[in-house]
This record gives sequence, structure tokens and C-alpha cells, in this order.
Amino acid sequence: MKRFLSLTLSGALLLGALSGCAKIEDAKDSTEAAGTETAAAAGGKVVVYNWGEYLDPEVIDMFEEETGIKVVYEEFETNEIMYPKVAAGAISYDVVCPSDYMIQKMIENDLLQEINFDNIPNLKNIGEEYLSWSEEFDPGNKYSVPYCWGTVGILYNKAMVEEPVDSWDILWDEKYKDNILMQDSVRDALMVALKKLGYSMNTDSEEEISQATQLLIEQKPLVQAYVIDQVRDKMIGNEAALGVIYSGEAIYTQRENPDLEYVVPKEGSNLWIDSWVIPKNAQNVANAEAFINFLCRPDIALMNFDYITYSTPNKAARELIEDEDIRNSTIAFPTSDMLEGCETYQYLGDETDNIYNTYWNKVKSS
Amino acid sequence: MNKKKNPLLSGPYLVWTAAFIIIPLILIVYYGLTSSEGTFTWANIMEIATPENRKALWLALLLSVISTALCLIMAYPLAMILSNLKFNATGLIVMIFIIPMWMNFLLRTLAWQTLLEKNGIINMVLKFLHLPALNIINTPYAIVLGMVYNFLPFMLLPIYNSLVKMDRNVINAARDLGAGEFQTFTKIILPLSLPGVISGITMVFVPSLTTFVISDLLGGSKILLIGNVIEQKFKQGSNWNVGSGLSLVLMVFILISMAIMQKYDKDGEGAAF
Amino acid sequence: MRKALQRIYLVFIFVLLYAPILTLIILSFNASKTRAKWGGWTAKWYVSLFQNSAIMDALYNTLIIAVLSATIATLLGLTAALSLNSMRRRSRTIILGVINIPMLNAEIVTGISLMLVFIALGNFLTQFGYTIQFGFWTVLIGHITFNLPYVVLSIMPKLKQLNRSTYEAALDLGASPMRAFFRVVLPDIMPGVFSGFLLAFTLSLDDFVITHFVKGPGFETLSTKIYTEVRKGIKPEMYALSTLLFVSVLVLLLIVNVKPKEKNK
Repeated sequence: MKRFLSLTLSGALLLGALSGCAKIEDAKDSTEAAGTETAAAAGGKVVVYNWGEYLDPEVIDMFEEETGIKVVYEEFETNEIMYPKVAAGAISYDVVCPSDYMIQKMIENDLLQEINFDNIPNLKNIGEEYLSWSEEFDPGNKYSVPYCWGTVGILYNKAMVEEPVDSWDILWDEKYKDNILMQDSVRDALMVALKKLGYSMNTDSEEEISQATQLLIEQKPLVQAYVIDQVRDKMIGNEAALGVIYSGEAIYTQRENPDLEYVVPKEGSNLWIDSWVIPKNAQNVANAEAFINFLCRPDIALMNFDYITYSTPNKAARELIEDEDIRNSTIAFPTSDMLEGCETYQYLGDETDNIYNTYWNKVKSS
Repeated sequence: MNKKKNPLLSGPYLVWTAAFIIIPLILIVYYGLTSSEGTFTWANIMEIATPENRKALWLALLLSVISTALCLIMAYPLAMILSNLKFNATGLIVMIFIIPMWMNFLLRTLAWQTLLEKNGIINMVLKFLHLPALNIINTPYAIVLGMVYNFLPFMLLPIYNSLVKMDRNVINAARDLGAGEFQTFTKIILPLSLPGVISGITMVFVPSLTTFVISDLLGGSKILLIGNVIEQKFKQGSNWNVGSGLSLVLMVFILISMAIMQKYDKDGEGAAF
Repeated sequence: MRKALQRIYLVFIFVLLYAPILTLIILSFNASKTRAKWGGWTAKWYVSLFQNSAIMDALYNTLIIAVLSATIATLLGLTAALSLNSMRRRSRTIILGVINIPMLNAEIVTGISLMLVFIALGNFLTQFGYTIQFGFWTVLIGHITFNLPYVVLSIMPKLKQLNRSTYEAALDLGASPMRAFFRVVLPDIMPGVFSGFLLAFTLSLDDFVITHFVKGPGFETLSTKIYTEVRKGIKPEMYALSTLLFVSVLVLLLIVNVKPKEKNK
């Protein structure tokens, strides 16, 4: 038994040694960093809370080097998992990147502070239309700076779907039984049904939500799976013919599988924006502003666009995109007439949220 | 053992349980029994009575009972074979059945997806052999497979431990007295290994009852288990009150099943509860 | 015949357990970034893995937390099991029930309630000029807490099988309780202690939900890293890391187990 134990322990040690290689590199980094330590101490730090894989890591290095501000970086995977951590206030984040409706909720619950835009001159690079869209959840553009945006649409496989796709209706077509991927989140799933019915996706009418729910229950036997992120991998692997997906993934999936095509249905869809905000309990406000300003710089925004492939609201950065196909891609940068009928999610209050959740549960448990 | 209470021995974990188990539990009970305005209510507990939640609880119970039974059926013979191995590398063999669990849970489960999918690896092999395709992804079967796969070691280890140190003389004595193999097993081996079995059942049943990741990834999120419901309450609506209420109900269910099991553990030495 | 059946059964379970692991290993050599497409063989992820300091930091944190939390939980669980064993039945049932709570709760409930406790504790301590940093220590405490029931559940059955008379005999022969414990009791329950440690270690490596709620910015474990990567796709480096971990553990096991055999010859 002793051998047993020593074995595990030495196993763990060996693994530790394995990671030790990296630690040495780190140590090197930190001695290098020690040189700039004084600068960093002068610059202080900035605590960033962002979506997973939503920023080119090189950008952080560049920011640290240029400003001497140390970046403490943490990631989340959904707005909902981010919210309680910020709301609890145990950790004071300096910059957070929530989505539209969540920003509205945070404003209403008094979690955010107004941004002093004098310190963010690079805001001029952000396109006017994005700021006016933002007014839907942040009236007066006081609290947020747009970072990424996009639509929700249908990704379909040309080899499996012969007819033209331009409407949500196709997701109810018996022909594609077991070949349809739906989004596994309340608002995104109900949005599809609400739009198909011609209602607003921000409706608070229980009657309309109930009708949409009925549609989704009818659709359920045709659905292969409700997924969030696996739409991408499953579509690339030809597992399904049709999938509801975020536009940011479209460019990437097309690159991997040329049979795939993305379309925003004519009934309209969700237009979403993820923006930077500063929580009320932020400790390093000036650094937070410097960070946001840095991200609005065209070259930096371009680096991030190349890395995450989600559309950037940064006009100047878009000009810098070398690949003409992508610069003029209507997937990454849809024209305004394509966005007709699109809406941005709004925070509807806890009560309406509950109605949505209750009805969505009916779909899931049917 | 010495019947005297030894404060040095019981002190640390009593402090620990008070600080990090009892206080959090009180918080959950508080949330579970109050509305979002902070007034007392039974409404959160009663949420379990909605048809959707009843169904989710029932499905979760069903799937976790099946998975626990399968784990037991698979692990017991395995533990017996392993405990009877003669050569001195038993440790190695046991470890070989544990190491797969050191790979990340999410990566492992995603790997099952890659294996089971319509165009997945298993179906590619089957097609190559001209066999009919296996279509269990996004069905309850895949969820059970995922549960059995992930929780098997939790059944294996305790049973193996109770078998490996069993007094061989008792077994030999039974044989000498004319007991058949079957009789030796039911009358001697099984009862003696019961504490291990009960530990194993607890450690498999409970996590499979509360899981939500497995049903999401392998069930295509089409099958709602009670774990998913609780998860959603906390995450989607940030509705901690209902979430806490429902998990209190779930706890009661678990305690009841443990109590039932304790009946079969005649010495009252219940390892489970 | 019987032997053959046993062999077949072992192989069957072995294949079941290792099929996904093999899949991960193959994926780690996939030149394409997505798990859904085969892009040819490559070893580039193994190179970029070691250049990725974020993953290496996460690996380091994961291992430290796993070893420490498993060790502390095992010690704590051992003392708990020992003193439980000498208690009357009713109090034992109650305390055992309490210890099991972190296991009975859905993980997210344990995670959030622990976070609330740390916040409350932090608020309390600030009055005395101390602060609680969410990070290493809070994660460690969280892991010990949810590991504890598994350790106790592993040790209790062994304690029950224990032959009390040997311990008493040792005492009668003049051994101090301490000595009697280390010489007589501990060796007998060691398999249980060890498997408790093993389970705790395994659980700690895998935990995501609880870690998420009690960790602070800048402190990542492999699990939290992998979960945040899901949105934009698991990095192939993670597959490479898993493969390396797996192979090194396996090699180590073989080395440790083969040596004594040679000596025996």
C-alpha cells in the first residue's frame, strides 16, 4: 500500500515537474517583469473579466508593455454565470464585457458606473450606428463601449439542403428531422419561434410566449440536439443540415467546411452587442479607462478581430482588414437593409424572465 | 476502539464542518424558505410539484437508479477478479482502471460525443464492417452510458477494498464445510463486502442524480433532469430562492434513499448514512 | 474457461474506459483546430503547449490544489472516521449525515453557498483590518470540503472490518494508544485511506462548478480554463496536455511497478 501511495505522490510530483518547465519560463518572465515592476507599481493593475477566448492574448502583453499596467485576467462562459460574481461584490472587477440585455440589468440594479469618455478618445473609431443600437439597452451611451457584435441566423449545409434558405420556417420542415440544431438558451430559442410568428422577441405578453412555446414543442421531435457551442463542431463534421448559430462563428466554420452557408432569416433576428463596462466597485477606474481606450485603437481592434472572428464595431479597424472578401463580407458586416426586423435583447425584469424560463422548461421537458 | 472522546481527534473536523458545511447549509435553507423579498414562503419547495419538475425528478431518479445498478453489476465482478489476482502488481492493475478519470471530465465526455455521433468514430468502424449504425447519441441511453463511464471507479474502489482484505480463512472454512460456490458468495462474500457496496452505491447514485453536464452533452439537452432544472434556476434567472428550494427537496430525496439502504445494512454500521 | 471469461471481461471494461482516452490522444495530433474534422497528423500542439504560459499556470494550480486538498481531506477525514467510529450510533448518524451534505447537494448549490460564506467572512474580517482574497486559499478550502465525504465514505467500511481485539491486545501488551494506532489500526485501514485519497485527488482534478464560484481573478485551474474555452472551441493544446499527463502517469506506474519485480528475481 505504501508503494501505492508513494506512486501517486511521485506521479503528482512528476506532473508538477512537467509544469515546472513552464514555471521556469514564467520565472524568467517575472524577472523580466521585475524590471518593469516599478513601472507596473506606478501603473498599478486592472482586473478584467471577459468571455473565454474573447481577446488576443498578445493584446494583453502589448497593453502591459505600453502602459506598465498589470492585467489580471479572468474569463466567464455565460452572462448568467458572470452576473452573480460581479453582483456579490466579493471581487472588485475593473472592466467587464457583458452582452446587451445583461448590461441593462446591471444598470438597473445599480452595478455599473458612468464612464468618463474624456479618457477614451479612441471612441471616435466606433461606428455611429453601433452606438445608436446600444441606446436600446444603455440610453444615452453612458455606461458601455461596444466591443463585438453580430446576428443570430441559420447555418446550413449546401450539400444537404437544396432549397434556398431565407426563413425560420425551414426549421419546422419534416424533411430535416434529426438534422436540426437549436440553441440551448431560453431567449435564443424562443426568439426563433417568436420571430417566426411575427412577434417581438422582447415581448412580455404571456399569450405570445405561450404560442411560441407551442411551436417549439411541435418542433422538438425534429431537433437533433439543443446545443450552444457545439453547433460549430457538429456543423463542420456534417452531423446536421441546419443549425442556429451566432454570425461570428460563420466565417470560421466556412473556412473549415466550404459547404456551409450562413443566412439571417427575413423575419428578422437578434442583433447582439457585447460591450465593455466598469462596475461601480471598480478599484482602478483610470486603468480601466486606459484599457478600454487601448482596445478601441484600430490596430488593436484588428488584432482582436483576426483572433476571434466576431464582427468589430470599430470602423477604422475594418478599413485595415487586408482580405477584401472579409472586409466586404455581408456575414461579418451585414448591410442595414439585411438587419431590418432585427432587435436587440432587452432585460425584461425578473418577473418576465421567470415566465420565459417557465415556458422554456415546458419545451425542454416535453 | 477507545470509547473516550478525544477532543484532539474530533476537534478539527467539527470546526471544519461547522464553518464550511453547516453555515452554508443554513444559507441554503434560508434561501429555500424565503421569497426574493426575504419573507417566509413554502413556494420554492412547492415548485417541485409542477408537472415539468416532477417529470425531471422522476427521470433523474430512474436514470440514476439504472446507472447505479449497472455500475454495481459491472464493478462487482471486476473487483472480484482484481482482488483474486495473484501477482504483485495488483496496485498497477487497479490504477489502470482509475487513471482514465484523471483526464478532464469535460474532455472525456466530449470524447464520447466524438465517438457516438452519427458520423462518429464508432459508426465509422461499424460502417467499415458493414454493420448497422449505432444511434444512441442524444438519447437516454447515451446519458446512462456517460454516467456509468464517469462513476464506475467510485463503485469499483470501495468494493475492491472490502474484498481485498477479506479474511480468506472464512471463505475457505465455508468451502470446507461444504458450501458451494454460489452459497459461499451469497452467504459469506457478499455480506462481508456489503459496507463497500453501500459506500459505492452512495458515491454513484448521488452524483448521477444531481448531474447536469452529462445530460447536456450526451443527451443533446433534450432530456431535462432535476440537476438541469436546479442549474437553470441558479444560472438563467439567477433565481437562487427557487434553486435552493428545489435542492432542499432533492436532498430530502437523497436522504430517504440512504435511509432505505441503511435498512439493508443490518449492523447499523451504515457507511452511507 | 473461467480464466478466459475473466480475461474477456477485463478487456471489455478496459476498452470501455480507454476508448475516449484514445480519442483524446488521436485528437491531440489533429492538424485541424476543430474536433469535427481530421486535418492530418501534426505535433505542433505539443510545441505551442509549452509556450502557452496560461495553460501551464493552470496545470500547476490544478496539481497543487489536488495534492494539497486530497492530503488535507484525507487527514481530516481519517480523524473524523476514527472519532465517529467510537461514537454512539445516533450521534454518528447525525455527524455522518452532516459530513455528507456537500456530496448530497448539487455542486452549484455548494459552490454558491461557499462563496456566500467567504463573502460574509470577508465582511466580518474587514472590521479587524483583514481581507479575504478569492483565489488559492478559498479554492483549497472548497475542495477540501467537497472531498471530505468521499474520504470518510472510503475509510468507514475498512474501520468496520477492523478487528478490535488486535488493537486492544496491543494496548494490553503495553503499547501507547498512539503507537497501537500507528502499528495496528492504520496498516489495516490503509487501503481505505488510500482509496479515499485517490478519490479526493480525482475529484479535485475535475471540479469546475465549485472552483468557479470560489476562485478569484487570475487564478485558473485546468477545468475552469477548459470550460471557458468551450465557447470558442477547445484548444487542441488541451488534448496535447491530456495526452502528456496520461502518458507520464502510465510510464511512472510501469517504472514503479516493474522495479521491485526485478529485485525479486
